[in-house]
Amino acid sequence: MPKLPAPPLPAPLKTPPPRPGQGNGKGGPLEDAKQAGITVVDWVDERTSLSGAARWMMFRKVPKGTNWFYTLGSATMFAFLSQAVTGVFLAMYYRPDPAGGAYESIRYVTNDVFLGQFVRGMHKWGSSVMVVLVFLHMARTFFFGAYKYPRELNWVIGVVLLILTMVMSFTGYLLPFDQRAYWATIVGVNINGTGPLVGPYLSDFLRGGSEFGATTLSRFYAIHMLLIPGLMAALIGAHLFLVAKLGTTAPPWTRAEKRHELRETEV
Amino acid sequence: MPSKRDKHQSKYTLDRGIPGAFEGETITRRRFMTGTAHSAGAVAAASFALPALGFAFGPIFKSNPHRWEVVGTVDQFPDNNYVPVVITLQPNIGEAGKSTVYMRKFNPEIDTDPYDKGTPYIAISSRCAHVGCPVRWVDASERFICPCHGGVYDLLGRRVGGPPVRPLDRFYTRVNGEDVEVGPRFSVNSQLRRFSPRDPGETLDGIGQYLYPSRPGAQKL
Repeated sequence: MPKLPAPPLPAPLKTPPPRPGQGNGKGGPLEDAKQAGITVVDWVDERTSLSGAARWMMFRKVPKGTNWFYTLGSATMFAFLSQAVTGVFLAMYYRPDPAGGAYESIRYVTNDVFLGQFVRGMHKWGSSVMVVLVFLHMARTFFFGAYKYPRELNWVIGVVLLILTMVMSFTGYLLPFDQRAYWATIVGVNINGTGPLVGPYLSDFLRGGSEFGATTLSRFYAIHMLLIPGLMAALIGAHLFLVAKLGTTAPPWTRAEKRHELRETEV
Repeated sequence: MPSKRDKHQSKYTLDRGIPGAFEGETITRRRFMTGTAHSAGAVAAASFALPALGFAFGPIFKSNPHRWEVVGTVDQFPDNNYVPVVITLQPNIGEAGKSTVYMRKFNPEIDTDPYDKGTPYIAISSRCAHVGCPVRWVDASERFICPCHGGVYDLLGRRVGGPPVRPLDRFYTRVNGEDVEVGPRFSVNSQLRRFSPRDPGETLDGIGQYLYPSRPGAQKL
């Protein structure tokens, strides 16, 4: 009888392919490149133990039922990083000069710089994307009950991040310094002033004086570019650390598995 | 629960039983060193933190010098209609520092309010008292109309419709020879009593003047 070929082995039973650099004699440029990469990573890891931290962060356990809603937090962080990067490139061209330089620098970026309109558009629309994602993420956390013990501190940090996002939107809106930006800021600062007792002082603090003045634009620019991004980066780091440390919760519709001994007492 | 220190403790470390104490010592060397290091750290931190805080909060207390600006000659402004003039609120920042003021000569038949006596010209600010949009004088209806949220003011700047909370702000005026000059801003309540300038949205009737206190940086004359 002719010998039939052996059936294909299932994947877990196949012998694993050799790792690069294990001396199986099949050296080549690809193997050399892989070996070089591993050497660099090993050099850093031996001096920092970062691979342990990376494994802790990336290979953590998640509960059964984890679904696409859980990606909203990462999506928000991605939007923040996009804003940060496009913001850095815009900052290379922007001039915070209220006597016309601000408007002119934005006109220059939009019309004359290669891909300037694209980067500015990414930044402008990205801010709306980020606000929407922040609220969706907050809603997901709320409706899934993921703010309860021991995650209350994470919720508080999240609320502070929400407020900082709003402040970023408000301060960034003034920077193009066109009619819409100017009047929206006037209106926004005056709305702040309607708070009782501290309102007038809060308005003065935001504007840098009792009237919109020479330093108002610079103030908003410094808050938008330096103060709040620093605070947000630090708080996002704390937020992510707590998420990894405490773990994520299962969706509220999953039921815990009952222990076998208790099943008989179930009605 | 009895207090641990129910006996008045001696100020000498020797009496308190602290090891290493010597006769007449009132503070241990360790505590002294720690206190000195902390004080030096506090001085160092204050040396950069206090100027930074002053820089951030200083503008709240800085008051702009009162400026009088010429807006026209004495025969340019009627006493029954408003003429818009552009004035500079903040010099050196271009268009962003300018605003519009509506000028009218004092008319004893219209301006019957006792607070207005002695004012040669009435200068009404275009800043709406709701959230600060610029209002427009419409001659046909003798009203100031705000385009943003529909605030309406009458000939004297008093609110007759819409969300504003007080009448339009005014500016001090004076006559200098042939020229009419416009000075600092002031706010009024619905009885047209004068107050130091307030931001839009802050009512000045009743409790309002205490709820929205006058700011150190903006005082009336």
